[in-house]
Amino acid sequence: MSIDVSQFHSVFFEESFEGLDIMESGLLSMSQGETDDDTVNGIFRAAHSIKGGAGTFGFNNISEFTHGLETLLDQIRNGQREASHDVIETLLSAVDTLREMLTAVQDGSDIDTEKAEQVSNALEQILHGSAAESATTEEELPPAAESIEVETADSGVQPETQTQAQTWLIKFKPLPHLLQTGNEPIRMFHELAELGDLSVEVNEEELPPFTDLDPESCYLSWELTLSGDVDEAAINEVFEWVDGDCELSIERLEQYEADDEQAITTAEPEPETEQADIDEPVVPDSSLMEAETAEAPNVTEEVPDAIEAPTTTEVPTATEAPAATSTEVTPPTQAKTEAAPKKKAVTPDASIRVGTDKVDSLVNLVGELVITQSMLGQIGDNFDVSMLPQLIDGLEQLERNTRELQESIMRIRMLPISFVFNRFPRLVHDMTSKLGKQVELVLTGEQTELDKTVMEKIGDPLVHLVRNSLDHGLETPEKRLAANKPETGMLKLNAYHQGGNIVIEISDDGAGLNEEKILRKAIEKGLVDPNESLSPDKIHELIFLPGFSTADQVSDLSGRGVGMDVVRKNINSLGGVVEVKSSPGIGSTFTIRLPLTLAIMDGQIIQVANQRYIIPLISIIESVEVDLSKVNKVTGKGELYKIRDEYVPLIRLTKVFNLEGGIDNLEDGLLVIVDCEDYKVGLFVDELLAQQQVVIKSLETNFRKVKGVAGATILGDGTVALILDIPGLMTMHKEPTLVKKISTARVA
Amino acid sequence: MSDMNAENEILDIINITDGVDDGAQQYLTFELEDEHYGVEILRVQEIKGWDNVTPIPNTPEHVCGVLNLRGLIVPIVDLRLLFDMPFNPYTKTTVVVVLKVEGITDRIVGIVVDAVSDAQNVRPEMISVAPDLGSVVDTSFIKGIANIDDCMLMLLDVDKLLSVEQVG
Repeated sequence: MSIDVSQFHSVFFEESFEGLDIMESGLLSMSQGETDDDTVNGIFRAAHSIKGGAGTFGFNNISEFTHGLETLLDQIRNGQREASHDVIETLLSAVDTLREMLTAVQDGSDIDTEKAEQVSNALEQILHGSAAESATTEEELPPAAESIEVETADSGVQPETQTQAQTWLIKFKPLPHLLQTGNEPIRMFHELAELGDLSVEVNEEELPPFTDLDPESCYLSWELTLSGDVDEAAINEVFEWVDGDCELSIERLEQYEADDEQAITTAEPEPETEQADIDEPVVPDSSLMEAETAEAPNVTEEVPDAIEAPTTTEVPTATEAPAATSTEVTPPTQAKTEAAPKKKAVTPDASIRVGTDKVDSLVNLVGELVITQSMLGQIGDNFDVSMLPQLIDGLEQLERNTRELQESIMRIRMLPISFVFNRFPRLVHDMTSKLGKQVELVLTGEQTELDKTVMEKIGDPLVHLVRNSLDHGLETPEKRLAANKPETGMLKLNAYHQGGNIVIEISDDGAGLNEEKILRKAIEKGLVDPNESLSPDKIHELIFLPGFSTADQVSDLSGRGVGMDVVRKNINSLGGVVEVKSSPGIGSTFTIRLPLTLAIMDGQIIQVANQRYIIPLISIIESVEVDLSKVNKVTGKGELYKIRDEYVPLIRLTKVFNLEGGIDNLEDGLLVIVDCEDYKVGLFVDELLAQQQVVIKSLETNFRKVKGVAGATILGDGTVALILDIPGLMTMHKEPTLVKKISTARVA
Repeated sequence: MSDMNAENEILDIINITDGVDDGAQQYLTFELEDEHYGVEILRVQEIKGWDNVTPIPNTPEHVCGVLNLRGLIVPIVDLRLLFDMPFNPYTKTTVVVVLKVEGITDRIVGIVVDAVSDAQNVRPEMISVAPDLGSVVDTSFIKGIANIDDCMLMLLDVDKLLSVEQVG
């Protein structure tokens, strides 16, 4: 019956990382001077949720760390502190640290406590610093008094409050639905216990008989006595999240005196209180459903069986709890932290958030599919030829259903590209301050949707390109002013759909590529013949060659020479292309073109020499029968085909793939004109077969990348067909290297 | 149908010798020409009859092509050709042994062999180091040799034999 909380870990991590993203983007917009209440509150809420969640799951170091962060944020929220540049920088580094800590916990590895301590010291320092400041501004205090002030500031809230021991009586009666809001009474009690000496009494009068018990409702109410130097605001803060979900009264009792130890004595192991104590620490450890176990001891006589499991599992907490409440409420949490490391390495489940409308449409489609299936089933039960039209109808319907279903599924995988773009404000912020440049980042088309798998792989190349633009492209303010440009550089990230592709542009208004330097370097590295004259476009292309880096100094940021070729390789492996346009002094633009999805596409099956290949339908412009008079030979070997006003290179698949037995005579076959990046190419094939949707499978999973082949798919008859990679074919066509003849007849 | 028979025969052979001694490792043995080879049986995912493959252009001759193995695209390598032995036209006893290859990423690769013969228990003390044959034969992918029933069995290191560099 006990619930394995670890099953909620992945949700916690996911939400926490989202929270961190919110905090980060909020802080960044604050650093640009846009401090409004909504942003600050958003950041604060995110921090608070992470703290709460971390506490619930027993990640104490995270919740402790977040506490300092939260305190600082709270002060900003209350207007007690200005969000200065330094404060925001510290907060940002705290966000980073928190992210690292969370990742460490998620992977089950050790947290870098040293770093966490550093950052939390920095936070402390800010907290301390201001207290000292405010103290000195109020009046010139002697050093001793100042140190007292600092101490109070340390404890967090409202340094000016009187710090005398007080006793508070808190009556806390949650409404039945409290547990459903995700709030945990015990968490709040733990928090109270940190403020001072706490004793708790539970009131179980409203507990219904077991049979009427709704395990998700809260029937208990509590009376708490808290003594210590606590002010009402601090108590209120604890109950902030259940405001509206409970009846709460906080009264101040008479001054706490040493002899008047009523609060503590009641908590001392007197029989009845102990009973109460056993009950409620159990609730808390629980997530919602375990509320049931809390009630368990009261109904033991009635349903002994049902109780056995919960009580045994909860024993450790329950036994420790009575002692805990009389002294301090921390031990249970300690027990939890001990347990936590055992559940190491929570494998991060990849998950995506999907709008309910998308799911609903899927459900509808599946409904239709079921209807079609039963219709077809009926036809099949006693089939005779007269039912043929019905069968055909049914099959058509099935095809429609399948296609729609597939489209909906694909839509589920589509995510807005903002998922990738969102990391750039931070990157730009960090890098510009390091480089001493001023850059304005403009993001457009963030809502453009892209397949999740593509998204995951495009992140790193994009980061690289952005870094490059910042490091090499955009100039320092002085240089910009000297070049008659505005001091602040502009970096634009734009995404949009074009045909079946998504286009991502990274453009800057920097110095542009230094052609002379690139050329010199290329000649130096022996990549280019010194006598060769290259067009500017060709020179720009050089930066994508392996081992090419023009950075004068290898910096921390870029210029390791493993740059652009890797970018191009990664993008090519996604079936995309990257190109650069640059003009000196005006800026450069990198354009990435990617297929929308990697999983499924429309394909045209073609046949060449007994082999079937697939051409992505999207790249086919037209198919024509060859008119020999339009074929022009170049130096007797290369063939160009004149189609309307254009000459397109003619590629014979039999040649590039070294196939035997294909059609040689151009008049007997077909020419498929395909779009290859910027120009057109004619592919000569034996014949066109069907068009169909194909599921793209990678050849690399078990084999390796093959030139001219983008992937493979499985046809209806179970055989494998290769999908052609048009740009790859073009390169092969340019530099034909014969490896072997494929013989298709292996069987004797 | 003939494929099915071949497969069933193979399975029968394997079932006969399924007892494992302590410390012994089971090897699936197969034949190439008159030579006997063995691979760790735990590396064998399945054994199937020869099926037509889709050739991949511009790959070395020993790469027959790729096969659809329940949705996976699996490359098939002719072991004879990989070993530079003469090509043997495929018959109904020609068998594809589908192996799990561990490397930077785990892969599935099928090898074409003349026939599968047995599953053998090989104890570590039965294995001797493969002799160095100098430049005549590259023996780096032979883990060791074992003598079983007066017959030399070469134990193959699947990961080295079918590494990306080797196969590609």
